[in-house]
Amino acid sequence: MTSRVEETGSTFDESHDPESEPANGGKRVRRLDRVVIRFAGDSGDGMQLTGDRFTSETAGFGNDLSTLPNFPAEIRAPAGTLPGVSSFQLHFADHDILTPGDAPDVLVAMNPAALKANLADLPRGAEIIVNTDEFTKRALAKVGWQADPLDDGTLGEYRVHPVALTTLTVEALKETSLARKDAERAKNMFALGLLSWMYHRPTEGTETFLRAKFAKRPEIAEANVLAFRAGWNYGETTESFAVSYEVAPAARAFAPGRYRNISGNLALAYGLIAASKQSELPLFLGSYPITPASDILHELSKHKNFGVRTFQAEDEIAGIGAALGAAFGGALGVTTTSGPGIALKSETIGLAVSLELPLLVVDIQRGGPSTGLPTKTEQADLLQAMFGRNGEAPVPIVAPASPGECFTMALEAARIALAYRTPVFLLSDGYLANGSEPWRVPEVSELPDLRVAFATEPNAPDGSGGFWPYLRDPETLARPWAVPGTPGLEHRIGGIEKQDGTGNISYDPANHDHMVRTRQAKVDGVSVPELAVDDPGGDARLLVLGWGSTFGPIAAGVRRARAAGGKVAQAHLRYLNPFPPNLGEVLRRYDKVLVPEMNLGQLAMLLRARYLVDARSFTQVSGMPFKAAQLAAVISEALDD
Amino acid sequence: MTDIKPAGITANGALKLTAKDFKSDQEVRWCPGCGDYAILAAVQGFLPELGIPREKIVFISGIGCSSRFPYYLSTYGMHSIHGRAPAIATGLAASRPDLSVWVITGDGDALSIGGNHLIHALRRNVNLKILLFNNRIYGLTKGQYSPTSEPGKITKSTPMGSLDEPFRPLSLALGAEAGFVARTIDSDRQHLTSVLRAAAQHQGTALVEIYQNCNIFNDGAFEVLKDPATRDAALLRLEHGQPYRLAPDGEAIVHDVTDPDPTRAFALSRLTEPTPIGVLRAVARPAYDRQLNAQLEQAVTERGEGDLAALLSGSDTWMVR
Repeated sequence: MTSRVEETGSTFDESHDPESEPANGGKRVRRLDRVVIRFAGDSGDGMQLTGDRFTSETAGFGNDLSTLPNFPAEIRAPAGTLPGVSSFQLHFADHDILTPGDAPDVLVAMNPAALKANLADLPRGAEIIVNTDEFTKRALAKVGWQADPLDDGTLGEYRVHPVALTTLTVEALKETSLARKDAERAKNMFALGLLSWMYHRPTEGTETFLRAKFAKRPEIAEANVLAFRAGWNYGETTESFAVSYEVAPAARAFAPGRYRNISGNLALAYGLIAASKQSELPLFLGSYPITPASDILHELSKHKNFGVRTFQAEDEIAGIGAALGAAFGGALGVTTTSGPGIALKSETIGLAVSLELPLLVVDIQRGGPSTGLPTKTEQADLLQAMFGRNGEAPVPIVAPASPGECFTMALEAARIALAYRTPVFLLSDGYLANGSEPWRVPEVSELPDLRVAFATEPNAPDGSGGFWPYLRDPETLARPWAVPGTPGLEHRIGGIEKQDGTGNISYDPANHDHMVRTRQAKVDGVSVPELAVDDPGGDARLLVLGWGSTFGPIAAGVRRARAAGGKVAQAHLRYLNPFPPNLGEVLRRYDKVLVPEMNLGQLAMLLRARYLVDARSFTQVSGMPFKAAQLAAVISEALDD
Repeated sequence: MTDIKPAGITANGALKLTAKDFKSDQEVRWCPGCGDYAILAAVQGFLPELGIPREKIVFISGIGCSSRFPYYLSTYGMHSIHGRAPAIATGLAASRPDLSVWVITGDGDALSIGGNHLIHALRRNVNLKILLFNNRIYGLTKGQYSPTSEPGKITKSTPMGSLDEPFRPLSLALGAEAGFVARTIDSDRQHLTSVLRAAAQHQGTALVEIYQNCNIFNDGAFEVLKDPATRDAALLRLEHGQPYRLAPDGEAIVHDVTDPDPTRAFALSRLTEPTPIGVLRAVARPAYDRQLNAQLEQAVTERGEGDLAALLSGSDTWMVR
């Protein structure tokens, strides 16, 4: 998934275009331009790991790809039940793709619950690989099936491959010392081996991975490698799999460079480390565990040799408090959380606004309100980020549009925070956090210079030789950052209103009015790039405008609409506060503006209020990303209107 | 009292600060007669003794009357938000082990809205000196009962008497695994200074409860401990290595602040008649900030300085030409 609007010139549509080719030997090889595979099983079946490995193999092979992990909040929901089903969807192609795919071409179902939970998503003719060992009367009854769907015609419109995955795995491992129960646990690797054969995936990476993962238990490592190879060999030899598939590398989808696969949370963690390096400030993360943000805490805690301090606080409030304290001391202070955590941090964000210290507030949004849907995605924290504080407390907001962009936007958030001495929101979400895509590894020399100059000299304009902590830079309106330890610049700051310049407590009405407007002007004046519009014909009358993680589905929907002859322009906001300087002008250029969002129209509300534009909302708050087909239909409707 | 020398005094005596050097240019705005004045004077008088230059000292406070304290000192300072000073100070102290970080808080700030941060700071043992001004009342909000008010307290919010059991701050601190716990009184400057000295010497979190008179909303709360006619009987002055008796004819116990077993310190923290003052506990424990920074050094020793290019590439890349 490449995510720059300007680069959507591919002629490929996100629909099937398979060509068949005769192959050597007994087995045929078909060439496909793209495939969507969904692995589904119990939460304990290792589906996320299986999906991750298939993704790594696919990334290494050079396909473009996009992934969608989908799992319950419960760690181990009761085995074999519908709520316990965990799945991982992967879309890979020989061309540039934008989404994890609307519907799977292939479903791997490890048990009846996994089949039942996912069946409705399968288009007619999809392939289903089922683990028949799990289709016992008891297991079927657990999900409310009286009869076995494998026999009763329920699956008549699909191509079903019944495989005794458990039996075959145990059989393959019978020479090992493993107990049957442990051997059974390797069945996900058998399934991975089989799929790897079906799609001609390279296998060395997975074997290396397994040996590293189970380095302390070599017998388990070898058993998993054995199961993985057995799955591959099963595909090669059994007659039930007559066809394998090739999806060529996506040579044209990528600009030259070195690539790796990356998830949003990993890219974000790397972006923070890069920001620390580029600013030459030590990184301090204050955080409290919360889904789906905890992976950033885990990742950063591994990199202490970069001078990264991670502090697992007693609560969300202490997490941001400690980050702000570290920022006062000259660190790059960061806190990471999700929506419920932001609610708790609001007061401290307000303090950071008042103190005018740099601080990064990372919100990996999830379904709300309250606990909501911890493992599902949503973008309903925009207005919370924008307004969720007492008083006039403006905070810049940035939002990455793809997993890889989480890296870039972390650097951008740091740039703004450091240059303007302000807290900055970065709004990611569960879809970006856990989804992954190929990412061009940037050269360190390409990264922005984020160095800041601490105040070192008294600055009082009254000639007293004193230090005025709120004497502003006339260009940015930023105040000086004088860190403790600097002689002669001792000063006190606080959340009480202060006199501009001196920073002394002030209850003066005119000063308060001035300070409120100055803090607003500072944020309004943050320099952000102009909004790029993708309008290939230059004559579209409809603009589709989104923000954050909806970029992929919107761009895919726009492509489909264009392929059907529709004239539609697309633009995507990465800067929500302040908005890009040309946004008003862009909006006025179009007769109609369509704003798809995974909330009830929060961006649309801001656009209507700010620009008096009749922006139309298209909203969905299901905890799942938009589908390309769904958006294509909405766009067509808007075009016909 | 431990007999360790105060940290930071330079051998050549190059640093010669006086109390005046720690006074800021801001007008002090507490009510006339407030116990906070005496504490401020004692702290300003004590700070030169630390031998630490002004710029290396930071006072962080929460919200409440006492939390205006940092404005009146000429060190670095932050007047933050209600109850959160220990959290903010933790981030500063953990990332800047070169600083001397002090927290100023009150009974409402530390024990009510900020209770969670206080107990976790104590168990974590970050190098913070927490001065808890306990006047057993909410002053800044004009006189509601606090978590240290005696049961049955008649206030604006409890016209028929307060119903909840108060905290005993030192018992709470000991229960939270505090390494350093002490109590002193606003009006006894000499004692207050001696306790500050001991707290400053402690590596890790130190909690000092300071009985402080609010002459507007809770006047005379500690009068029995201050009145020359009653105080000798009412107070139990604890000194390290010296014997004390819980009753005039009771067994003499030699006070040992370094006792790793907190049982005796806890028993003392429960005592009200007489009321112990002085250091109850001063047990050395590894400080969080030191250990955190040691982990960073260890990571560099073991793996070398972080290489950003290598990190971004990872182990699984491919080239597109």
